[in-house]
Amino acid sequence: MNMTYREAMRAAMREALQQDERVFLMGEDVGRYGGCYAVSKGLLDEFGEERIRDTPLSESAFVGAGIGAALGGMRPIVEVMTVNFSLLCLDQIVNTAATLRHMSGGQFSVPVVLRMTTGAGRQLAAQHSHSLECWYAHVPGLRVIAPATLEDMRGMLRVALEDPDPVIIFEHNALYNREGELPDDVSVTEIRRAAVRRTGNHISLICYGGNLVKALEAADELAKSGIEAEVIDLRSLRPLDDATILTSVRKTRRAIMIDEGWHSGSLAAEIGMRISEQAFYDLDAPLARVCTAEVPIPYPSHLEQAALPQVATIVSKAREVLGQHV
Amino acid sequence: MNDKPSQVSREQGLQWLLDMLRIRRMEEKCAELYGEEKIRGFLHLYIGEEAVAAGVIPELEAEDAVVATYREHGHALMRGISMNAILAEMYGKQEGCSGGRGGSMHLFDANTRFCGGNAIVSGGLPLAIGLALADKMQKQPRVTVCFFGEGAVAEGEFHESLNLAALWQLPVLFVCENNLYAMGTALARSESVTDIHRKAESYGIHSTAVDGMDVMSVNTAARLALKKIRTEQVPAFLEMRTYRFRAHSMFDPELYREKTEVEQWKQLCPITTLRARLKAQQVITDEDIAAIEQTAAAEIQAAVAFAEAGHWEPVEDLMKYVYTESENSVIPAQAGIQTPPP
Repeated sequence: MNMTYREAMRAAMREALQQDERVFLMGEDVGRYGGCYAVSKGLLDEFGEERIRDTPLSESAFVGAGIGAALGGMRPIVEVMTVNFSLLCLDQIVNTAATLRHMSGGQFSVPVVLRMTTGAGRQLAAQHSHSLECWYAHVPGLRVIAPATLEDMRGMLRVALEDPDPVIIFEHNALYNREGELPDDVSVTEIRRAAVRRTGNHISLICYGGNLVKALEAADELAKSGIEAEVIDLRSLRPLDDATILTSVRKTRRAIMIDEGWHSGSLAAEIGMRISEQAFYDLDAPLARVCTAEVPIPYPSHLEQAALPQVATIVSKAREVLGQHV
Repeated sequence: MNDKPSQVSREQGLQWLLDMLRIRRMEEKCAELYGEEKIRGFLHLYIGEEAVAAGVIPELEAEDAVVATYREHGHALMRGISMNAILAEMYGKQEGCSGGRGGSMHLFDANTRFCGGNAIVSGGLPLAIGLALADKMQKQPRVTVCFFGEGAVAEGEFHESLNLAALWQLPVLFVCENNLYAMGTALARSESVTDIHRKAESYGIHSTAVDGMDVMSVNTAARLALKKIRTEQVPAFLEMRTYRFRAHSMFDPELYREKTEVEQWKQLCPITTLRARLKAQQVITDEDIAAIEQTAAAEIQAAVAFAEAGHWEPVEDLMKYVYTESENSVIPAQAGIQTPPP
């Protein structure tokens, strides 16, 4: 079936709401407005105000309420409009959701799912364009996932809702309008393994979320000159699937991490360090990364695009790593 | 403030005295154990404020939930967590009510729905909203009681949570323990309006200021509020005007308040005033009082022995309780580094 990523997430939420009466959606403008990115459009009419619950602009209270409702036996899906606004509820996520199980000696679990839009590219300037996934991926007690394919956008939510611990789903805003063919039988059964999206022997391109599209385009471009890149879609940002990453890097002996987070302290840096620790002697070239320039995302399109990872940057970085300066 | 009820039955009077004394003597023992370095970290004592927990918590049903702060030893005890498990937790022993992982500020107990022990000021309010929302959506006739200090009133979460409770008509009892100091900052130095119950009123929540040094007043107010919540499915708010006799924590040199002020409040001690009143009314005798002291002392002695005899969790268990199913398998332990090829 042909559908957009937006429709895929909506279908996933509709299915969850139909199948489990404990599931409800809560967030700013998820109901009457239909969702800031129109992901929940139509769900209010179908499921009513109790289960498609508009909230005030009180991120800390409604995310905390999601955590409390999860403790109380529900399976809340809480939509935080964008990761930028999630800083207003960082305390609830890091100090409560991630710690309750531990502080209680295993007595309380927090089965809440938080959905957040992330990423730049739409000229929304410095307060609506950041990619802070790695902040959350830093925190023990949280699971962090990032669907990059239509199938994952459709299938990951169900697995996340079955998880007894807090799961954060990062949805890159550039994906929502993309269309694709969704298989009739979506069978996403786990959310912890990375996936090899293209095989190749010369270099590993390791990415996630909205940058998978760019990495695959870069691989196509490289293929024209005989360079076969392997493209790894992390899918899970915490935990990281070391095994899949290392298997690929041991084969290709070269790796580039592509990450829309800022260069310093990025997920790319973490992955590079893991490769250094565990596959140093298998490498034929220094590790490299393509990240966002260390500047708050600028408004003008040419500057915004210059700040972000691009297909051309990935291609030229790959040639550099391979020693083919073009 | 509401009028003080004056008459109380012998049975109820003795129960309140015992409850408050158990908290008082336990806290005094904790201070002693802190000096002996048996209890470490931060330790916040409830001495002076006992009437609040003792007056509110016994009115709850078994299925109700409690959300408390880092000054929660008395609440945990009143909720029915054993003194053994509370003290063992403060020691950091496996037999503690949080398995030793939480310590003094993070007492938890799933059996009594005691949901912490939250050490972020105001952090528990949204949690209480969510617990009550879950009850309402599941049509469970339960109440969530949320205790917090007046310092929480300055946080945005206080206002966000009160608004949500009123907007969604949630069965939450907010109990503000106004002891006049947020650590060392006096209420009047941090709030433009110091009548806290009026802030709750501004959200359309039924709200009362209560003499928090008088267990009978506390209890009467709690009963009325809980009845209102249960019958009308609305939130309610109680501002308990109280005072802590001890320092904020064991590290606090108390430079911010006058000793005379502390002494004046001590005249209002909830235990001695109730004891005097019950004796004057010839409801209890000196023998009753001695018997209560003895009961509390025996319980504390047993709890200390229990905590002393408890076990340290093996270091091999370090990675437990981070994720539900895996225990220690989902986030692998730090991988070693690759060995050089031959």
